[in-house]
Amino acid sequence: MSPNNTSTETMTLFSPQLAARLDALVEKYPLRRSALVPMLLYAQDEVGYLSDAVVAEVAWRIGITELEVRNVATYYSMLRFKPAGKYNVQVCTNISCMLRGGYELYERFQEELGIGHKGVTPDGVFSLEEVECIGACCWAPAIQVNYEFLDELNPDQVPGILADYRAKAAAEERSSHA
Amino acid sequence: MADVTFTVDGKKLTAPAGTLLIEACRKAGIEIPAFCYYPGLSLQAACRMCVVRQEKVPKLQTACTTTVAEGQVFITESAEIAQARKATIELLLGNHPLDCPVCDAGGECELQDMTFKYGAGVSLYAEAKQHREEQQWSPAVFYDRPRCILCYRCIRMCGEGMDVWALGVQNRAVSSVIVPNGGDQLDCEQCGMCIDVCPVGALTSGSYRYKTRPWEMNHVSTVCTHCADGCKVTLGVRQSNDGSEIVRADNRDKSGINGDFLCAKGRFGFDFVESPERLNKPLVRNAQGVLEPATWEHALRYAASKLSEIRESRGGESIAVIGSSNTTNEENYLLQKFARTVLRTNNIDHQRTADYAAFASALAGRQSKAASLRDVAIAPAILLIGGDPTVEHPLLAWTLRTNVRLNKARLYIANTAKIKLTRQARATLELPADGYRNLPVLLDGDTDFAKAVRAEESLLVIMGEEIRGAQIEALVGWGLGRGDVRFACLGDRANSRGAADMGLLPDLLPGYVQVNSPGAFAAEYPGLPSNPGKTEPEMFAAAAKGELGALLIVGANPIARLGVAGEALKNTFVIVQDIFLNETAALADVVFPAASLYEKSGTITNTFGDVQLARKAADRAGVKPDFEILVRLAGSMGVDVKALVPFGKLGVTADLGQSRGAQAGEADRHAVWLAANGLEMKTSPFDPLAVLDEIERLVPAYKLDRLNLFGGSDVPTEPGATMGFVPVSALTAPNLVVPAHDGLFTSGTLGRYSPALKELQQHQSPALAETAAD
Repeated sequence: MSPNNTSTETMTLFSPQLAARLDALVEKYPLRRSALVPMLLYAQDEVGYLSDAVVAEVAWRIGITELEVRNVATYYSMLRFKPAGKYNVQVCTNISCMLRGGYELYERFQEELGIGHKGVTPDGVFSLEEVECIGACCWAPAIQVNYEFLDELNPDQVPGILADYRAKAAAEERSSHA
Repeated sequence: MADVTFTVDGKKLTAPAGTLLIEACRKAGIEIPAFCYYPGLSLQAACRMCVVRQEKVPKLQTACTTTVAEGQVFITESAEIAQARKATIELLLGNHPLDCPVCDAGGECELQDMTFKYGAGVSLYAEAKQHREEQQWSPAVFYDRPRCILCYRCIRMCGEGMDVWALGVQNRAVSSVIVPNGGDQLDCEQCGMCIDVCPVGALTSGSYRYKTRPWEMNHVSTVCTHCADGCKVTLGVRQSNDGSEIVRADNRDKSGINGDFLCAKGRFGFDFVESPERLNKPLVRNAQGVLEPATWEHALRYAASKLSEIRESRGGESIAVIGSSNTTNEENYLLQKFARTVLRTNNIDHQRTADYAAFASALAGRQSKAASLRDVAIAPAILLIGGDPTVEHPLLAWTLRTNVRLNKARLYIANTAKIKLTRQARATLELPADGYRNLPVLLDGDTDFAKAVRAEESLLVIMGEEIRGAQIEALVGWGLGRGDVRFACLGDRANSRGAADMGLLPDLLPGYVQVNSPGAFAAEYPGLPSNPGKTEPEMFAAAAKGELGALLIVGANPIARLGVAGEALKNTFVIVQDIFLNETAALADVVFPAASLYEKSGTITNTFGDVQLARKAADRAGVKPDFEILVRLAGSMGVDVKALVPFGKLGVTADLGQSRGAQAGEADRHAVWLAANGLEMKTSPFDPLAVLDEIERLVPAYKLDRLNLFGGSDVPTEPGATMGFVPVSALTAPNLVVPAHDGLFTSGTLGRYSPALKELQQHQSPALAETAAD
């Protein structure tokens, strides 16, 4: 695969919208590589994780080696190299959340989902992560599901939250088959 | 920049403003410890070992990133600083395995030395050490993660120094690891520089690991036998059953033109000397036509009597000699003198990899116009025409990259291919396939490239092997008309330049003096034939016609190289001196086992004309240097050896070291001084230095700075001192120049006997194939 003589449109892994967004992003900074971290984040949001192909395309878009992409990407815990669940549940256990029951919440999620840190449920609907502060200390304990915040929770709300997302997943599944 | 004065530990120091404190201190003899700092590479400030106290600054500062300014006051050693460094070491040792007794670096490990100095013998860390399994990244490079202290030296060396960028660091904090570009495999030039700069034993070498302890080796600095750049290489040698063996090659003391640089061939390709296929006994073809071992006496007597007989019955013109581009200058000189005065023939040639004769002719009479490799390191502007130094001249490529990186040198590249060095080039000119024909026209042209080159006040022109004969003359002529322009031309083998300089050519004597107007040689070489002899192809043509009575081949493999059928030599008496029973030796009637360049002494001239002293490092039972073989062969022919090798003349007779007084115990310095002043006793006909004296006397280009030469430095030659002008038309045709085009892991016949190089080539070949298919 030689990216140099193939047009972006035909080779890209990404949707036309994302491809256009990334095209604009690399031109935005004095140094192309400054676009690396946002590119990785957007790519992960669309593809779900940083596959080898994503790493290769990002490297090629910026004009650096895949090794350099990995050097940066492996530094950040929010960037992942394996697929997460459809809904990635991130439970904060930093100090405010901890004081207001963050660990109890996290344990309940583990029990209900049957998975631990960085685990993915067999049906692929949920994954679970214990994360550092998500900036919702005023409403602790808080969790983040993908980009959605849920706050001032107590462990008993966990089954309801999971049921809501599971229903949402099922609905989306149906509509995509329809 | 202007000098500033500052105070370090109460001493007033002066250095140019902006100098790094750590460098200024080192120059003044104050050592500041550092793991991550490495001269010439970018600053990292990762290890925190070089912390110093600066007056009026609240926190300790890193000396590797602090630049000196007027009036600053520093303290580099105090209880506070020792405590800080000790804490750093304690942290580094947190996961370090302390397997020093079995670690390759044990005894020459910077972490070990620092722990010894600052005494971080106790740790407050109670956690279990994190262990990771060792990885093998390539045949040459192993990575032991727990030993790594994350100084980033390897990453910077690979990226900035080699422009390969094959190493990175991944993950974060305590999980950080150095990672090669191929996941768990290293796809690179396999130079081993990363191993070399590693301050601990995290990166270890496939060829050296677990072989020995550093203090069990003797270190001999000599010259690499592989390419024509002439890297100084320090060989670690150890006693073995049949002599002494080489276990390691590096140049950590940074002496020589290459500093600490070595490529894969220099660093790993020394193992051919240990090959089980080495010849260790003379071989003589018996009545059944089979080569069988013989004594030296018998083999010499047999070869000598056959040579004498053929010379007497068929004349010297029926004998031919092929020399080597890997043997020393003294051996080459002796070989052609033997051919011309004993065998009485000018039929002498060698593998020509560059048109040095045309180069010398173009520069004849022009002083200070030839560039040494040292000039490449500091030249403000360099024009590289042809060649691919990254692959064929790794040290030249390294020197060019370093000069561009550190001194902002301007590199101009004109080439028919897009070579890797174009990444460092200020401007490039892509030439069509036949583009080297009219270089002066191109350089006088209207392109931006030509204009930029012409705008340079001072220029160094490096010519690849593609530039030959009239092209060299035209290019040098163009440069000479421009003022401050110097030149270099690139050949292939360790002593290709020396072989040409020493007259292994059918029409030219040492110093490119024509055989038909021999000048000073007329008196020195009694019986010198005046007609130019046969070139290599002509020799084999004559042999095929049955006109060649005898052929003496020293350290060359023309049968494989020229693709000559073996039958061509069936009517020729063939004598071969070689390290291995190669395709040529296999056809010989007498084979003498020769010592490799690492097993003998003499001088070697790199392609830039820099002469260096090769020193005997290893030793092997049964072999002899080509010099000694030639002298013995001549002696066996009844020749007065003193006429060949001027030994036993001159020399001190009184002071053999007994009365040295203040120098007592410093034998080496004394010996260097004696050698430099031509006073050493040359009591042996096997002493190559006796011949060096004669070379210096007869070859004007070789007026060498002997004190530096014998002290271990490279000294330039002056091809401009060549007597008279040799018209290019008188020189042999440039199509006799056949470059070897050896790559990073090949080295002609020699490379075939190096398991390490073969393994590296195999490791890299899938990647190369991929690139080719791309």
